[in-house]
Amino acid sequence: MNTRTVRLVDIAHARSGDKGDTANVGVIALRPEWYPLIERELTRDRVGQHFAGMITLGVDRFVLPNLGAVNFLLHGALGGGGTLSLKTDAQGKVYSTALLRMNLEVPEDEVERLGLPVVSDT
Amino acid sequence: MTERIVRIAGGQGFWGDSLEAPRQQVEGGPIDYLMLDYLAEVTMSILQKQKERDPSMGYARDFVGAVESVLDAITDRGVKVVANAGGVNPPACAAAILHMAGERGQSLRVGVVTGDDLLPRLQQLVSSGHPLTNMDTGEPLSTVMNRVLSANAYIGSEPIVEALTRDAQVVITGRSTDTALTMAPMRFEYGWSADDYDRLAAGIVAGHIIECGAQCSGGNCLYDWRNIPDLANIGYPIIDAYADGTFVVTKHPGTGGRVSVHTVTEQLVYEMGDPRQYITPDVIADFTTIHLEQAGPDRVRVFGIKGSAPTDKLKVSIAYRAGYKAVGTLVYAWPDALEKAQLADRVLRERLDRLGLHFDEILTEFVGVSATHGPLSGDHSDAPEVQLRVGVRGDDRRAVERFTRELAPLVLNGPPSVTGFAGGRPKVEEIVAYWPALIDKTVVNPHVEVLS
Repeated sequence: MNTRTVRLVDIAHARSGDKGDTANVGVIALRPEWYPLIERELTRDRVGQHFAGMITLGVDRFVLPNLGAVNFLLHGALGGGGTLSLKTDAQGKVYSTALLRMNLEVPEDEVERLGLPVVSDT
Repeated sequence: MTERIVRIAGGQGFWGDSLEAPRQQVEGGPIDYLMLDYLAEVTMSILQKQKERDPSMGYARDFVGAVESVLDAITDRGVKVVANAGGVNPPACAAAILHMAGERGQSLRVGVVTGDDLLPRLQQLVSSGHPLTNMDTGEPLSTVMNRVLSANAYIGSEPIVEALTRDAQVVITGRSTDTALTMAPMRFEYGWSADDYDRLAAGIVAGHIIECGAQCSGGNCLYDWRNIPDLANIGYPIIDAYADGTFVVTKHPGTGGRVSVHTVTEQLVYEMGDPRQYITPDVIADFTTIHLEQAGPDRVRVFGIKGSAPTDKLKVSIAYRAGYKAVGTLVYAWPDALEKAQLADRVLRERLDRLGLHFDEILTEFVGVSATHGPLSGDHSDAPEVQLRVGVRGDDRRAVERFTRELAPLVLNGPPSVTGFAGGRPKVEEIVAYWPALIDKTVVNPHVEVLS
């Protein structure tokens, strides 16, 4: 099966915020027809692995099919959070684009069917 | 026959937001209500300190200027203002507003909501079976009781509705749920009852959308950000609310920014936990039932929202002293900027060690390389400049203060190509931390007065 590399940042937008020491990232499909792919690929484990070394606790995951979005709670992400945190991003405002750095490997026929933007071969 | 609309304009997302926004909202077109949100999580503790120094203080002073800037709209056009500007002293805030209006030859009816302040009763509440356990850590409040600065319950929409029913033109609360500030006018105007959960939930969703000001109308929007027009004149959001709980998010014509399904969706997922259970004192809103539809330029229709009965608890925001911190920075330039910054960090840490200084945490970041995305950042070892940023946190104020004196010497004593120190020694800050807890609704007694 041939796959192509699709950058999450090319098929989704996102915003992140904070609640205590947890950062939440809402990932939103740029087009409604791209949501099922995003929902399938962005599993809790996958996102947890993506943030290995950046968060100290686990990940919770919730879906909002009505908005074409998946919401992740990244626990232990903010160095204590709020006023306790020493981090530049104490309020988790740029965890959104950190998640969008993820690359997906998508079967070629799905790429064609959905009209997904792909990373060119080198 | 046109359907009735109630127009609620958001004019302030936090204390420190644009000073012009309230006035621009009343001048930009017809509105019925102006909603202003002044309270972040630890704002109450800052206000509490002010009140301790001066009993006539403890509220958001900018609010007086904001109301002054829209006073004619209130008296001549019947615009009403709902704000949580009261902080820990809503009566003093109301007095200041009445005084300002009096000086302008105007009388006003000002509703004051109190009862959220639990500080005077805190010890008694804890002793009588309300442990106020930290929702994040599970610890009982007794572990920090002698460091508590403020304690306020998040009150819902009912007291605001009561104030509006009693003809208040300006309603001032202390701590209330931000979303209630928007939902209460809708509930009042349309007579929604306490068990009208779907419509109350819709009001809460409207509140969530506009509670951060222009962050739903083109601000901080990742989607197509290059093409969002005229950010310098960004339009703050307006809710056009219908009786059936549906509403349109929009902004005044001639303003910058953008209201689209994309901008509104980004705001909907902001600071979101479990979307099916967005818990408020009035209702639990299910964000997975929200439907959005672009309904013309800068108009998004929102419908389909469902809600369910609330819990028997209120959230309580408690602020407590949690030590001290300081953050210092230096900039290192190419070549090998990162390597120089890394060496400076090692030198600094060794010196702190030799001085016998102990901290709960020392955090180093390399801004321009990895401060925002950490291990995901990739290789930037050839960066033109790197900002070394080091922060320390601990209970010993003197140790934190001593740290602040160890950065400047690095300029002469440490690695080369260093600059960016003209700002002077970093300041030591006392940390006021946030302790979220729950309490039974039965022990909180909101009270409404209407003054004129």
